[in-house]
Amino acid sequence: MSLFLVVALPFLGALLPGLMNQAGRAACAGITFVVSLAAFIGLLTNLPAVLAGETIKASIDWIPLLGLNFSLMLDGLGFFFAFLILGIGLLIIAYARHYLSRNDNMGAFFTYLLLFQGAMVGIVMSDNILLLLVFWELTSLSSFLLIGFWKHLPEGRQGARMALTVTGMGGLAMIGGMLILGEIAGSYNLSDILQSREAIQASPLYLPALLLILLGCFTKSAQFPFHFWLPHAMAAPTPVSAYLHSATMVKAGIFLMARLWPVLSGTPEWFAIVTTAGLITMVLGAVIALFKHDLKALLAFSTVSHLGLITMLLGTGTAFGAMAAVFHILNHATFKAALFMSAGIIDHEAHTRDIRRLGGLRHLMPITFIFATLAALSMAGIPFLNGFLSKEMMLEEANHTVLFGSPWLVPALAVFGSLFSAAYSFRYVGHVFLGPKRDDYPTTPHDPGPGLWLPPVILVVLVVAIGVAPFLAEPFVKMVTASLLGEAAEVPKAYFKIWHGLVPALYMSIAAVVGGLILLAVYRPALRLWDAAPRPEAKVIFEALIENVVKLAQGLILRSHNGAFSRYAALAMSFIILAGYYAWTTGTVGDATRTLQPVTAIAVAGWATLVAATIGLVFLHRNRLLALVFMGVIGLMVSVGFIFLSAPDLAMTQITVEVVTIVLLLLALNFLPKSSPIESSALRRSRDTVVAVAGGLAAMGLTYHFLMRDAVDQSISAFHLANSYKGGGGTNVVNVILVDFRGFDTYGEIIVLGIAALLIFALTEALLGGPVRARLLNREPDMPQAGDAHPGMMVVLTRVMMPVVLMVGFYVFLRGHNEPGGGFIAGLIVSIAVVMQYMASGFNWAAARLRYPYHGIIGAGVLIAGLTGIGSWFVGKPFLTSDFTYVRIPPFEKFELATAALFDLGVFLAVVGAVMLSLESYSRLARRSERPDTEHPIDIDPSRDDPENIMKAGG
Amino acid sequence: MELLVASAIGLLTAAGIYLILRLRTFPVILGLSLITYAVNVFLFASGRLTIGAPPVLMDDVTRYTDPLPQALVLTAIVISFGMTAVVVMIALGAFLGADDDAVDDGPDEQATETEDAV
Repeated sequence: MSLFLVVALPFLGALLPGLMNQAGRAACAGITFVVSLAAFIGLLTNLPAVLAGETIKASIDWIPLLGLNFSLMLDGLGFFFAFLILGIGLLIIAYARHYLSRNDNMGAFFTYLLLFQGAMVGIVMSDNILLLLVFWELTSLSSFLLIGFWKHLPEGRQGARMALTVTGMGGLAMIGGMLILGEIAGSYNLSDILQSREAIQASPLYLPALLLILLGCFTKSAQFPFHFWLPHAMAAPTPVSAYLHSATMVKAGIFLMARLWPVLSGTPEWFAIVTTAGLITMVLGAVIALFKHDLKALLAFSTVSHLGLITMLLGTGTAFGAMAAVFHILNHATFKAALFMSAGIIDHEAHTRDIRRLGGLRHLMPITFIFATLAALSMAGIPFLNGFLSKEMMLEEANHTVLFGSPWLVPALAVFGSLFSAAYSFRYVGHVFLGPKRDDYPTTPHDPGPGLWLPPVILVVLVVAIGVAPFLAEPFVKMVTASLLGEAAEVPKAYFKIWHGLVPALYMSIAAVVGGLILLAVYRPALRLWDAAPRPEAKVIFEALIENVVKLAQGLILRSHNGAFSRYAALAMSFIILAGYYAWTTGTVGDATRTLQPVTAIAVAGWATLVAATIGLVFLHRNRLLALVFMGVIGLMVSVGFIFLSAPDLAMTQITVEVVTIVLLLLALNFLPKSSPIESSALRRSRDTVVAVAGGLAAMGLTYHFLMRDAVDQSISAFHLANSYKGGGGTNVVNVILVDFRGFDTYGEIIVLGIAALLIFALTEALLGGPVRARLLNREPDMPQAGDAHPGMMVVLTRVMMPVVLMVGFYVFLRGHNEPGGGFIAGLIVSIAVVMQYMASGFNWAAARLRYPYHGIIGAGVLIAGLTGIGSWFVGKPFLTSDFTYVRIPPFEKFELATAALFDLGVFLAVVGAVMLSLESYSRLARRSERPDTEHPIDIDPSRDDPENIMKAGG
Repeated sequence: MELLVASAIGLLTAAGIYLILRLRTFPVILGLSLITYAVNVFLFASGRLTIGAPPVLMDDVTRYTDPLPQALVLTAIVISFGMTAVVVMIALGAFLGADDDAVDDGPDEQATETEDAV
């Protein structure tokens, strides 16, 4: 199966569980399982090629200019991780189906899970490091959703936030590191970067790149000092913990260290940082884990510890260490996922995860006892289980590692960590399953159904199989190691076997296991010692840190952002003017190439009216109604100006928009105060005047400057003029540009218009659904109201005008392609016709006669325009290619039929819908309780009040 | 002619900026509308001013005006209606919710907002 499909399947499939939510829990989990299984099988179809040592690649250009391409590759390492992610994912899905309770939203859970799965698969299969970063961030986001899945729990929310903060911060650092790496290598493709080991390690930017990338890896893989987020992420549902912390999320950092191992490792910096961090994390995690009483917390810290172990192995920089790391990743994923699931089962059955309240469960839960014990013993490093093999290899590697000039430091700490690791593993068995049966469990536990125990049992079968017959895993692990090492080193010859003879690693292993048993025997005094010892609480430190950062940010922001928006506006304006001034003074200015056109008296008259109205508006703007009158005059003069300057379409649009805008502002003014108070001081007004005059002069200067010069280059308008009729079949070039040449723009614009109208509708709904509703209904009008709100004369007039206006609209629409007019203008004209009915007879009367909701009209418009565009696909042309023909139906004259007219119809409908929906929303606010809604078109109707009619109605 | 158009644009801009800097929502909206006029005319004028030459193809006419800025400005005019409507709705919602149409937050409001955010 194509690599694209393997990555895309979980993402596409993520839509399904949400949709299947209504179909029941089994269907919801089932579809998720099927999606995952399909991706898994798709991955397996690539196995033969991977085993043959090939690297499968697939690539699509995305933004090649930035070096960002959707390139995927699959080699042994990627396959190994994808196999773990998808394989364990399948078991987790089956387990989660039975684990989640009826109160949990299963659709949302599986949607998040699939998103996460897709992002993880994307990370391990990316060939392009920028693409890898995209997937990396996606895992941070989707794991946030998963960890915080139980939104009602504060720990869940805090844990999710902490995980997002820490891993997100690391992700930011990693973006920097990856960009540096790409710059050094000259390519953002992993396959190229992996070839440039010498160039990268010789570069002076190697150290910053390494530090930044490791910051990303360490935060993601919970390495010291960023280990603290992982235990808090345990507030997630157990399937999530099992998935994120065994095979996926925390392994992402490990994966990246392994992926970049050939180019980054082997330097003293890499060795010192990675080995030290891994070692500290391993020991620290193991020690803390022993003293945790929550089963999941114990497992969480043990995960931290094992991640440290793997990191340390990668840090040593030897091929043997890398092989041990790969093997341990596999082993850890199997036994740790099984252990998390066993913890989930115990929690599910006994309703507690507190080890102090458990014990003696072996009689009550025999199945769980057996598989959990096997997994725990594997974690402790007991022979015939897979954990033993990789731990042995780790001790072997530690034995050869010299850190800070000391040959015994690493081996000693490795044994120390293994000792605690054995101790907490034994504790998991001893304090939970062994011991006397108790009678104070919150509920009496028993083994769950196979849905819960089968997935971990499958994993434990693997644990035992690899442990007994390590040669089964050997070829696979060596294949993965080979692709990890690349050309940097040879795969070690060492065989995987249980008995290596009496080597130092065996003694170390025995010491760790025996020491672990002794430590568990003296657990009580050890715990008292631990509890008495002072230790920093990571969560408190983290929260204090966040709080201080927030305070710092507030201190900085609140000083400049003090809520005075008019001040921001003044600053922004001044800055724009200054920037323009700078550009003006530093640029070169050519000579004027055009001459002034003569001024006619009529133009001066129009200009003078506009100037008078604008000045009037500024000086009298406090009287808001008067201001609207001035606005109307200005709008009218602008329209007249358009027609004077040979733009009839613009004039028609401007004047119709003017009408609806004024209606809209009047509707709004109905609720707002009718005048603005004088608030600003004289000083402030003069400051504003200075800014305004400067801005006005700048705009005037700029306009005058370019009006006196020709364009620096040939405009594309000549093309439009030449092809309008030939190609678009219309003589009105403006309309042909709108519906044909630039049809895609127009399509976008009607969508924007529709969205604006829907936004207004939504805001109205929000207002009417809130406390504002009562205030609106009971408000006292602040102006005297007309006694006759819907006068008969106006009703009659608007009714008579309606068909005439509609006909004008129809005419303007039809002629649009060849004469000034078109969908926009016709839409506005028809809206005005309908608005008049609302104004004359009131909202209720008009709304009751509305046959199609305006939302639907907007939708129909966008749909018609879109389908017209898609239609051209069927004849093999690009989107929105138009066609036209001439038809003659006798006895009429020949007329033109163009697909562009259909597109224009879409524009028309969208405009009508959007304008009407906006105005209708405003009028819905205007209803008041003191004036009852009336279904009559006229308030005072003599025929209704006629005694004869009343008699008739009564009789 | 050019001087008339340029000065009209300048005046509309100046009046618009002045009104945008006022302290109540209604004049700010009026100012925004004035700037919209100014910008639309400015864009239209980028096709240079032509008198008596329509953008409609006709026989025996050789001089046409620039149709491209016209088409762009036409949609801009309609979109600006949508924008005005949204802004007015937001202003209206704010006024109805708080019984106050001041643009600037007072010092008290800011303090409460900060507390809410924390």
